[in-house]
Amino acid sequence: MTTVTLTIDGIQVTVPKGTTVLEAAESVGIFIPTFCHDPELSKPGACRICVVEIPGARNLPAACVTEATEGMVVYTASEAVIEARKTNLELLLANHPEDCLTCHKNGDCRLQEYAYFYGVKAEAFSGEKHDYPVEEDNPFIVRDMNKCILCGKCVRVCQEIQGNNVLDFAFRGFSAVVTPAMNTTLSDTDISNCVFCGNCVAVCPVGALTEKAMIGKGRQWEVKKVKTTCPYCGVGCQFNLNVKDGRVIGVTSADGDVNGRFLCVKGRFGYGFIHHPDRLTTPLIKKDGKFVEASWDEAIALVAEKLGAVKEQYGGEAIGVLSSARCTNEENYLMNKFARAVLGTNSIDHCARL
Amino acid sequence: MTNSIAEIADADFILTTGTNTTEGHPVIGIQVKKALRNGATLAVIDPRRTEIAELAHYHLQIKSGTDIALLNGLANVIINEGLWNKEFVQERTEDFEAFKEVVAKYTPEYVEEITGVPADTIKEVARGYAKAKKASILYTMGLTQHVCGTHNVFAVANLTMLCGHIGKESSGVNPLRGQNNVQGACDMGALPAFYTAYQPVANEANRAKFAAAWGVEELPSKPGLTVGEIFDQAGKTIKAIYIMGENPVLSDPDANHVIHALESLDFLVVQDIFLTETAQLADVVLPAASFAEKDGTFSNTERRVQLVRKAIEPIGQAKPDCEIICLIATAMGYPMRYNSPAEIFDEMAKLTPSYAGISHKRLEQEGGLQWPCPTPDHPGTKFLHAGKFARGLGKFHAVEHIPPAEMPDEEYPFVLSTGRRRYHYHTGTMTHRTGALEVFYPTEFLEISCEDAEKLGICDGDILRVSSRRGTVEVAAKITDRVVPGLVFTSFQYPDVPINKLTNPVRCPIAKIPEYKVCAVKIEKVS
Repeated sequence: MTTVTLTIDGIQVTVPKGTTVLEAAESVGIFIPTFCHDPELSKPGACRICVVEIPGARNLPAACVTEATEGMVVYTASEAVIEARKTNLELLLANHPEDCLTCHKNGDCRLQEYAYFYGVKAEAFSGEKHDYPVEEDNPFIVRDMNKCILCGKCVRVCQEIQGNNVLDFAFRGFSAVVTPAMNTTLSDTDISNCVFCGNCVAVCPVGALTEKAMIGKGRQWEVKKVKTTCPYCGVGCQFNLNVKDGRVIGVTSADGDVNGRFLCVKGRFGYGFIHHPDRLTTPLIKKDGKFVEASWDEAIALVAEKLGAVKEQYGGEAIGVLSSARCTNEENYLMNKFARAVLGTNSIDHCARL
Repeated sequence: MTNSIAEIADADFILTTGTNTTEGHPVIGIQVKKALRNGATLAVIDPRRTEIAELAHYHLQIKSGTDIALLNGLANVIINEGLWNKEFVQERTEDFEAFKEVVAKYTPEYVEEITGVPADTIKEVARGYAKAKKASILYTMGLTQHVCGTHNVFAVANLTMLCGHIGKESSGVNPLRGQNNVQGACDMGALPAFYTAYQPVANEANRAKFAAAWGVEELPSKPGLTVGEIFDQAGKTIKAIYIMGENPVLSDPDANHVIHALESLDFLVVQDIFLTETAQLADVVLPAASFAEKDGTFSNTERRVQLVRKAIEPIGQAKPDCEIICLIATAMGYPMRYNSPAEIFDEMAKLTPSYAGISHKRLEQEGGLQWPCPTPDHPGTKFLHAGKFARGLGKFHAVEHIPPAEMPDEEYPFVLSTGRRRYHYHTGTMTHRTGALEVFYPTEFLEISCEDAEKLGICDGDILRVSSRRGTVEVAAKITDRVVPGLVFTSFQYPDVPINKLTNPVRCPIAKIPEYKVCAVKIEKVS
């Protein structure tokens, strides 16, 4: 493998040829801000928040698309770099709603984070602001294009990962906006081709795309994230259950072995059943054709008595057991043990064929 | 799956059969699309023009239930044109001659007559598959839910062995499993003939091993009944049923028969998170914890064992299923107590060679592990059958085309096929209660071709009465070119449209899988 050695902020870094300056800096823990860059997507080098100073270069190049070369010297936080980044942020903030108080992304927003880091306020430039209607006509995703910084990650994740090509840039200049075909909404699926995987939401660095059901349910810093495995199909995607005050308030991407950050509509938006009012909360015993609430002791005693009586009278093989493809390995193992060792039946099966 | 999910993206030829991948397994669909972007060729066998069929280079739109004819036809071309992998067949397989003899008559022209797929397409796909360096076959229940389901899978296996496209990276036989832990439930011995890891109950040494571990004198020796057989025997030799987390009233074929079977029992106990259509028939209902309320593991379709982590306390008085099983066992005089699911896993792993090297501790430290993982220092197995098949030599099974058990006739002129929708899961118990999925996709419909709709005077949204010899449902019409004339399609995921009242309970004699994909129906317009 051919390597190159360069110097970033006085630190010598040796990386494989073809590595970008951004990747080289990250490999030694040097921070460079990014909006449009994502390691799994193509590199448009568009947002220019990652500019660095390379003596001899004709301008401040974007670190995400500049290849590291032998002997290169890079400054990631020089006066010129900081000035450029501040101006970049001032221009973005000039046309961004000052909505951090109620924005769901407060605490997990790159624009907010960098504005804080570089001490940039919104008032540097004043002028016309976008006034797009907020798109909330579907139950999954809220699109607020007033907050969009045009980084294009949603466009690329839909093209390059999900493969549905729902979004692209439309119009020019100040009017440029990310939109489905014909400027329709996502929920117009015959035209938009959207399948609501929400992978665009997962890569959005600001509050332009948010999970509708999570809005107002909890701030980023109040939420405990528990990485677990999806309860739907057999792919085994992993995600974070977002928990606040003992309630699951949403699902966000984790780094799953199988799926990385990417999910489908059921995994990302199908968690509402957990706290649904129809959940069974107490054992029920049918008396005179109607269910009556019962205690666990009462219910377990009745089940044990009835199954015991059938076993006694007809033998264990008169009992059938349906285990479950929804339950865990541990539960299925125990059910297999219970059926065979306790009930004395091999008639245990589940819906593998259905 | 013999391969891993990530390997799909590196295949240069993907053949799918009976899988609506982008809807049923969207995240695997992502891998297929990645392969396409990398230049792979995609051939899709499906009677319906699904989303993935639209992405394909070849859509082999077969008549329902003609998979074996088509797969044999592909083999016929590959043998006749000398494209088969002679070295692989010679060294790693047996019974090739018998197979060769049977497929000899499945010429592309003969297969075109049976399947409706043009002979030239069959030839092109056969060549593409055979000549590929890495060729992956994906399938789901469109292949298996037939009276000849097992033979269909044999036909797939034959094709992979014929070309040596098995036992290596990105090449293999890859069934995509439809439920989060259906792989694990099978692995854990929730099957009538097997203990964990497919150790037969009929084997005396296995019985002795499990009896000793479980502290009982003996275990029943005769393989038990499958789910369909349990319902057939309900009220006869089966007197009581214990159901954990299943909803057969909606999921099993010929629903009226299932309801009648459950009602004829002496005792029915159902353990679930909701009062399902099945639970409503129970004598006792036990409230279970959902996946968010317990620790444990699921095994996915690529044999990867992954942790499920408790995020919240159980709702109300609900309890994790393993605790409930322990309580019942203990009340029946068999004390069953564990400190944690990790302890249950350890007990299981000691008895289960393919899981022996896995523990919750390892999963916590290393992430998911793919079985076989026989020892604590084993890294897990990315793809199966490298160098040698599990049974030694790969066996060719010569199989013939078998038509579906119930074909359309004058009275019931349409083929009904059932499947799944992107926005819903299995019988919809969970996905109709999310506040989101059912809001966006609230009602079911019957897909019907423009030609048939015109003949019957049907417009989009008209309510139709669909009947088979076993039952009737009402459902709204959706006119679409996804189905061909003579075929109609809907899902089994809506309690309002219990389509399994219509489906044919006839089963594959080997796997006992019902023929959900083909039954004869008639259609009348209600309004």
